[in-house]
Amino acid sequence: MLTAATTAPTGALVLVTAVFLASAVEMVEALTIVLAVGVTRGWRSAVEGVLVALLALAGLVAVLGPALVHYVPLSALRLVVGTLLLVFGLQWLRKAVLRAAGLKAKHDEDAIYAEHVAELEAAPPASGRDATAFTVAFKGVFLEGLEVVVIVITLGTTSHRLGLAALAAGAAAFVVLIVGLLVHRQLSGVPENAMKMGVGLMLVSFGTFWATEGVHAHWPGSDLAIPVLVAFYGLVAWTLVAGLRHHAAQESAARPAVEPLHG
Amino acid sequence: MAEDPRAEDPDVAGPPVGERPPGRRSPVTGGLYAFGRFWREFLIGDTPELFIGAVAVIGVLAALCAKPGLRTVAAVAAPFLVAGVLTLSVYRAVRKGTP
Repeated sequence: MLTAATTAPTGALVLVTAVFLASAVEMVEALTIVLAVGVTRGWRSAVEGVLVALLALAGLVAVLGPALVHYVPLSALRLVVGTLLLVFGLQWLRKAVLRAAGLKAKHDEDAIYAEHVAELEAAPPASGRDATAFTVAFKGVFLEGLEVVVIVITLGTTSHRLGLAALAAGAAAFVVLIVGLLVHRQLSGVPENAMKMGVGLMLVSFGTFWATEGVHAHWPGSDLAIPVLVAFYGLVAWTLVAGLRHHAAQESAARPAVEPLHG
Repeated sequence: MAEDPRAEDPDVAGPPVGERPPGRRSPVTGGLYAFGRFWREFLIGDTPELFIGAVAVIGVLAALCAKPGLRTVAAVAAPFLVAGVLTLSVYRAVRKGTP
């Protein structure tokens, strides 16, 4: 018979993986912006912007997380959080499926970096503290991190592992920061779409699990249903990608071939 | 003293003197509007079908769970319904041609 002790590590592993990957993806995107700011406008204000944004994000988790746990009934919390995760996860998964099938352009960190550098170089230079550098770095980290905060709070509170979720997000941010400092360039080689697909799968799985628990559905196998859901949605995503690729191949084969010009 | 031309000519931009222009909101209203817009963009964005679909799925599951005998059925049905929402949204993106 399944007990809480046997099912808990499975849920914790999926939770840590989901939060770590989500945080890593968002921090890779934030790093591109911060590097563009640092290289074009100087590092002092850029680093200040990053630190203030990280403090603000940590503050949000510290204030909202415990408040949700203490003041919102568990059943309502799971329903609302589950629905949020489901919507959020479906958005990630849909984009990842379309990108994997070649129907949507992949996130190009090199192009985004070049765009930010051009914008920042066009802005007038500052003497002393650079408000532009601070604002752009702050906004980059804060807005990218906000999605992570939502994921940390929702996954952490519903599974009563807010500390673990926050730790996983912090670890991912730290790893991306260290790698970014070492290579000193945007991380364009990171398989972002594969990571987003993974996060999408896990968010949809957690969302399905918690939302249905919120309406008092009964999951056979309790927490063990989560990895089963991940596998199921993985199969669905794989089928969709394969179907879309097949469809695209058929369409391109059906198009009349262009006759080569002679003479 | 010359009359305010805005009182006579509707083509001259701006409300009567002393009133807030129609495009501008008070800080409170503006803040609430921005907050609402942020969450709308965050949750709905350009894929309203995902939001509506997810809420509809939860509604169906809640209706099933109203009968205690169907609570396991609801859990088993949930991933299939969610997969249906995802498939429809992907299909919509392909049909639109601008995913």
